[in-house]
Amino acid sequence: MKILQLKDVKYIANKQTLLDIPHFSLQQGDLLGIIGPNGAGKSTLLKVLSFLQAPTKGQVLYKGEEKQANSLNLELRRRFAVALQQSLLFDTTVHNNVALGLKLRKENKTVINEKVDYWLEKFNVASLSKKNARSLSGGEAQRVNLARALILAPEVLFLDEPFSALDFPTKAQLIQDFKEILNDTSTTTFFVSHDLLEIRHLTKSLAVIIDGNVKQMGNTKEVIEQPNEATAPFLNKWKELYTL
Amino acid sequence: MEIFIDGIIKAIKMILSGDKEVFDITYTTLQVCLTAILISTVVGIPLGVLLGLNSFPGKKIVLVFVNIGMGLPPVVAGLYITMLLWRSGPLGNLGLLYTTHAIIMAQVLVSLPIIIGLTAAAFQQIDHKMLMQIKALGATGFQRIGLLLRETKLAILAAIMAGLGRVLAEVGAAMMVGGNIKGDTRILTTSMVMEVSKGNFDVAIALSFILMSLAFMITFLLTILQQRKQRV
Repeated sequence: MKILQLKDVKYIANKQTLLDIPHFSLQQGDLLGIIGPNGAGKSTLLKVLSFLQAPTKGQVLYKGEEKQANSLNLELRRRFAVALQQSLLFDTTVHNNVALGLKLRKENKTVINEKVDYWLEKFNVASLSKKNARSLSGGEAQRVNLARALILAPEVLFLDEPFSALDFPTKAQLIQDFKEILNDTSTTTFFVSHDLLEIRHLTKSLAVIIDGNVKQMGNTKEVIEQPNEATAPFLNKWKELYTL
Repeated sequence: MEIFIDGIIKAIKMILSGDKEVFDITYTTLQVCLTAILISTVVGIPLGVLLGLNSFPGKKIVLVFVNIGMGLPPVVAGLYITMLLWRSGPLGNLGLLYTTHAIIMAQVLVSLPIIIGLTAAAFQQIDHKMLMQIKALGATGFQRIGLLLRETKLAILAAIMAGLGRVLAEVGAAMMVGGNIKGDTRILTTSMVMEVSKGNFDVAIALSFILMSLAFMITFLLTILQQRKQRV
């Protein structure tokens, strides 16, 4: 089932077309990676699909129905969760940060506390619960950021390069833990990255975006092994570098 | 040196004896300044938030005027409020000139731009990704502003303290629009100017102690509030 679709979507800013996508869809249960060079339009695509940014032209469909990205669709936006590259935690405890989304939804306090404890445990940061979130290391902060997103039990989890600012051992451990969590929850995930190693490790399918266009989309392994004419120059550089 | 020591001794005696006039002046000062800062805060913070978060044509011009207002000389504010409230002025029929209401209006005029300007600056500094993250967390418009106010709490309370400092120190406009009428519009600063001109340094020193104590206490409370740990 297609949970999100784009039809003839264009996003133009400062007279520049940042996104030009005739057709695009995200299947329920998929773990879709989005890769492309800097400035390719990956983050713009994430904002448009998650209804954080309205496209200049075209339609965004949720379960086949056209929806608008405006203040009226709060109920729709609350079905999704977004975790960005910077953890952007608030100046309060780890517990309060993870609880925030549920508090905004006016959930019952006991339920919130139970869920927060569960997700902090899941991400191995339960011992940090009472610490101020601004005093955490990069890896710890990103674990809290991901817990804050997943506690919302989103229909779609949007991730915008959440591991890119981490050092390699921290990143490797977190990706491993995160993969297990995603397998457990079967959350539909839209994962933006510029790192093919992360993409290969985490995703089932892959879309390559270059100059605002989706140039190739399919099974992750197949796209990496059989890039087309448009994506080969970008993907082959990675393959040469890491002999994938 | 004697003048200082005598002045300080007399001042302490005056404060400890509970002089009625000094008490009245202090009460009027508190009433006027706290009302003015309350109005400036209630009006200024939402305007600062609007100005800081939104883009619209002419925003830079508005910011220029707000910033000019931050440095508005109090006597200039006093002059315009006097003209506004003068018997033949646009609001002359309200009969507000030489009342505490007029002083409050003048003090709002000098403190409002400070609160608007510093609040707008605090909101303009917020990382746009933080705005996106708050929206993505499912916040309503009001919840979003509430979270951002908490994030900018240090700067917002600093803006209120700066505005308060301005109204507590203000004398020119209060003298012009209030008239320094005994038992009515006399406040600590206007009273100090009058006492110094009469050569009553002891009374002026006593009043200055009270003024500084008020400023210290209010600022202390606001600083405690500012530095308190956040709860979201």
